[in-house]
Amino acid sequence: MRKHILPGFGLSLGYTLFGLSLVVLFPIAALFHRAFVLPPEAIATGETSSLHFIWATITEPEVLESYRVSLESSLFAALLNGVFGFIIAWVLSRYEFPGRRLLDALVDLPFALPTAVAGIALTELYAPNGWLGSLLAPYGIRVAFTQTGITVALIFIGLPFVVRTVQPVIQSLHGDVEEAAACLGADRWQTFVRVILPALIPAWITGITLAFGRAVGEYGSVVFIAANIPFKTEIAPILIIHKLEQFNYAGAAAIGGAMVLFSVLILATVTTLQRWHSRRTSGHGGDES
Amino acid sequence: MSAVVPLTLAAAPARPASRSNAARTEPPLVRWTLIGLAVAFIVLLLIFPLLTIFHEAFSKGWAGLRTAYSDPGTLESIRLTLTVAAIAVPFNALFGLAAAWLITRFDFRGKRLLEVIIDLPIWISPVVGGLVFLLLFGRQGLFGPWLIDHGIKIAFALPGLVLGTVFVTFPYVARNLIPLMESLGRGEEEAAISLGARGWQVFLLITLPRVKWALLYGLVLCNARAMGEFGAVTVLAGNVRGLTSTMPLQVENLYNDYHMASAFALASLLTLLGIVTLILKTFIEWRTRRDLAAASAEIEESLPEPIPTP
Repeated sequence: MRKHILPGFGLSLGYTLFGLSLVVLFPIAALFHRAFVLPPEAIATGETSSLHFIWATITEPEVLESYRVSLESSLFAALLNGVFGFIIAWVLSRYEFPGRRLLDALVDLPFALPTAVAGIALTELYAPNGWLGSLLAPYGIRVAFTQTGITVALIFIGLPFVVRTVQPVIQSLHGDVEEAAACLGADRWQTFVRVILPALIPAWITGITLAFGRAVGEYGSVVFIAANIPFKTEIAPILIIHKLEQFNYAGAAAIGGAMVLFSVLILATVTTLQRWHSRRTSGHGGDES
Repeated sequence: MSAVVPLTLAAAPARPASRSNAARTEPPLVRWTLIGLAVAFIVLLLIFPLLTIFHEAFSKGWAGLRTAYSDPGTLESIRLTLTVAAIAVPFNALFGLAAAWLITRFDFRGKRLLEVIIDLPIWISPVVGGLVFLLLFGRQGLFGPWLIDHGIKIAFALPGLVLGTVFVTFPYVARNLIPLMESLGRGEEEAAISLGARGWQVFLLITLPRVKWALLYGLVLCNARAMGEFGAVTVLAGNVRGLTSTMPLQVENLYNDYHMASAFALASLLTLLGIVTLILKTFIEWRTRRDLAAASAEIEESLPEPIPTP
């Protein structure tokens, strides 16, 4: 082992690995182990391959529909957050106006508010007799208990991820670059599209990916507003709960395993994106590390 | 640098550059349109739900609030939530300190991978966070039969709720410490060691005072997420009302029983917890920024002078 100047390498490594194994690695390994154990019901029907059983479980029509609902709503919510999150990040870091600090603090609300509380609040708000629901009802727009409601809840959850990823990068942009562009005859729009935007794109995509990844696994804020109708407003995490209620542990483990793999994929994507991002900022002479 | 998590402390200045010249800003019409859009979106998406919570909580007036908070199930859920947080938060605090020390003070193989794995619980669905422990400790779980034989209850009991909560809130303390400790560098600690300080002296006298605000904020955030945790505890609490209902689960019970005023009354308490967390974040960010500014000013001042002896 190399020599370290500071003490505590063994202790901190030991405790970190102990905590990580106990709480994260071992339980997740057990999840995959469980997914590969054939349940007695499956053996009774003559099933012999656990891989085949897992594949059959995670591609049942109801399960496939739940992925569709989850992915569609999450993607739409993430893209909408991409647009408004960018505007909010820009406004908060570039303009001075009354109430700016309050808005800045409020952006983190979805992350600080317990998801179940957000869930019942949004449901009340968008129910046909709620403040916003009753305004939309005359136009035939139903939000609560439809997929639109799920999307609204996921927009709520995802907003801080986009704002808080893009905002620091906007703040770290060097003013002289914009001034140079203006001196060379670019109008404001050209400066924005050709100079500012390219520097922000990696962070922007990262933020949208984070919002998307978070939305796919979201449960508490969705479960109330979704009404959880199979094939219509049932998202994948709710399906896991339904499987558990029917004591179908093997089915729950298979879907859970698929969701963990998806989370790992999102995390890998984000890590790659961030490497691209930091290369780009260091290439531009930014002071971020 | 690894995955961004909202609510980690920002080091950059919150105030827009005061020097606003024509080359760096947009025409007033564009500016005010953008401000209007941002404000409208935040009001519609964030402020309306917040108002709904308090409006519903007070829909039956103070008497309604009193009824809500005299319900034994609700009081029990508050007690249970406090117990779960009191166990889960210190565990994660110790982990966060160890992980931050390890990652920012040493170079070793696999460090980046370790950082990514620490973040993993944030991106895994909380329902899956509950599921993994159910599959270990539930009746049909890996250790289920053994636990039943020995009369130990983990799933559908307090230990299960704690495990699920620890999983979900695992990275928060570490996430808040790592960027700050990275930017502070190892120099002062290494100097202290070379001058003969012991490891615990370095940690208590040098590291801890410099990261105390970030640590405090990490604890507050971890606590807020622990008390508000819903998905993982839904799976691990089973359906034993009263015995294993934490506050968010009690909110769900009341809501599903159409006790709207009581559900929102309890929800408003959780909302206040969230608001306090946001206020603390704003305050601590302001403190950290001031400390950092003071520290860099001090360095600039002391540069030409000889290094003072401690």
